[in-house]
Amino acid sequence: MKLNRIGAGALLAVGLLLAACGTPTPAPAAPAATAKPAAKQVKVAVVMPSASNDGAFSQSMYDALKAVQASMGGEAAMKIAVSEGMVQVPNAVAAIRDYAQQGYDLVIAHGTQYGNSLTEIAKDFPNTAFAWGTATDTFAAAGVKNVFAYNPRAQEGGYVLGVLAAKMSKSGVIGVCGPVEAGDAKTYVDGFKKGVMDTKKDAKINVTYTGSFSDVSLMAAAAETHTKAGADILTGSSQSVVGAIGVAKDKKAIWFGTQANQTSLAPDTVGASQVYDWTGVIKEMLDLSAKGTKGGKAFELSLQSGGLKIVYNDKVSIPADAKAAADAAIKGIIDGTIKPLP
Amino acid sequence: MNELFTVPVLLGILYSGVRLATPYLYAALGEMFAQRSGVVNLGVDGIMLMGAFAAFFVVSNTGNLLLGVLAAMLVGLLMGLIMSFVSVNLQAEQGISGIGLYLFGLGLSSLLFKKLSVSTRAIEGFPALPIPVLSDLPEIGDVFFKHNILVYIAFALVPVAAFVLNHTTLGLKVRAAGMKPEAADSLGVSVARVRYLCVTFGSMMAGLAGASLSIGLINLFQENMTSGLGFIAVALVYFGGWTPLGVMIGALLFSMVNALQLWVQVKAIPIPSDLAVMLPYILTIAALVLGRRARQPAALSKPFSRGEN
Repeated sequence: MKLNRIGAGALLAVGLLLAACGTPTPAPAAPAATAKPAAKQVKVAVVMPSASNDGAFSQSMYDALKAVQASMGGEAAMKIAVSEGMVQVPNAVAAIRDYAQQGYDLVIAHGTQYGNSLTEIAKDFPNTAFAWGTATDTFAAAGVKNVFAYNPRAQEGGYVLGVLAAKMSKSGVIGVCGPVEAGDAKTYVDGFKKGVMDTKKDAKINVTYTGSFSDVSLMAAAAETHTKAGADILTGSSQSVVGAIGVAKDKKAIWFGTQANQTSLAPDTVGASQVYDWTGVIKEMLDLSAKGTKGGKAFELSLQSGGLKIVYNDKVSIPADAKAAADAAIKGIIDGTIKPLP
Repeated sequence: MNELFTVPVLLGILYSGVRLATPYLYAALGEMFAQRSGVVNLGVDGIMLMGAFAAFFVVSNTGNLLLGVLAAMLVGLLMGLIMSFVSVNLQAEQGISGIGLYLFGLGLSSLLFKKLSVSTRAIEGFPALPIPVLSDLPEIGDVFFKHNILVYIAFALVPVAAFVLNHTTLGLKVRAAGMKPEAADSLGVSVARVRYLCVTFGSMMAGLAGASLSIGLINLFQENMTSGLGFIAVALVYFGGWTPLGVMIGALLFSMVNALQLWVQVKAIPIPSDLAVMLPYILTIAALVLGRRARQPAALSKPFSRGEN
């Protein structure tokens, strides 16, 4: 019987250890001792709620960091540390603090849920630049000077994809698989709906929210419900949409994606994606930080700035008139004649 | 509100309910055997994740669905052996060790997913297999007889499980090990062996439950894709009063309420989406409070040592 606690303890320890491995700590550093970069190596850390290959929110940031790293000259010039799968906010907060303590130049808290804790941490490390999103508040009102905020105008691409959906739907029924009615998921859905209604007044848009950013099977059930209700075009937001994309593929519906290019998830199913390209934002934050400005600026990704891109999938044929309408919508949003939100 | 009670919507709820119930059914039927033998395995969700990953990984590399299912069951078997060793040989506190096993599965499946597959990509999972004649029946043909084979097997396992549990010597031994292990022991039944068998079988079913998600229902893998589904399966065992039929009714009810809340939103019934999303969980709690306790195995979660009890 004495073995009881030892056994339980041992298993728990192994479990916790491996769970910790699943949300990896900093990626191996560049071989600093041997490489000897001429300029000082910039160190960037990011804490994200899901995996870096989630095909959505986290991947958009990860891909952008890798792109910036490549443009700066690889690992010798820029070190990237990633903590992914940080569903638990307290763990994420601990990781953010750790990175700041380790002297990272820029620490990115990639999730709205991490924001509240950032005000406290940022005050303790005035020489570290922090960033969080999707958000617009840099906490300047609270006296914080070293936090950047970034926010995608998800409604813009949402509107454009809504126009495409309205033009391409044969049944006139379109299904929207929302996760939680908040943040860029909500603005995307609202923009998408307006895009559809402005293009096809009699179209029917059904919207569901699952109440979770991560519940893949419920998202699949939502997509299935939409197809049962007659939808031939589906869209949705968050990392849980992989479930819905699988259903769309199965039911031969067309999927429009957002956050990252989702074509690779189902190459015959994804018509187009709104892609968040954070490279410009990351570069500007690093520039400002190097010049001594550690925060205080809120960035917006937009179609105009090039931070939002509509990426088509060549394997799904998009009619010429639909593409023309989408291009007109992009132009209208950029010049301000179209308001993507109701 | 009347929009909700139309034939197409009700059939839609039934269809989604049957499909969604499948992973719950595998996991909960397996867990029921473990619990009837006296072991609570809270690691089900972690085993499901490992099973889901194993199946997805094997199918995306080989294209062989059967191999995927076998891989998921093998992973379940291995994790079941770990749980059995810890709960039967080491006699560890089952709740804690089960949670350890869950965290192990959650962490390892995420780690492997990241290290072994470069990107996610939908695979060709089990196709729908319409049952001849029955699938042509108007309305209900679609609802009940046009699913993939994993769905049929899950439901077919319900009567099989009931038969094994109630009408075979093995079933008698399982029930005895969970009700009165010392009496079973005195009659020459190896309680340890029975518990090993049940926990390992239950874990294989959990692995299969994972496969039914990643290569049957969704055809993709995503980090933590079960998001707590395995814990609901454990709750469904209590809900179902430790009987296969009860477990099936619970799984169907839970899934149909889930499907219902999606239809509430599709039909734009003016209920806030947050409230609709809460429906299945409210139901679970209500059912657990009101559920029958009569059949709860008396020795549930109590380690058994020969000569000590």
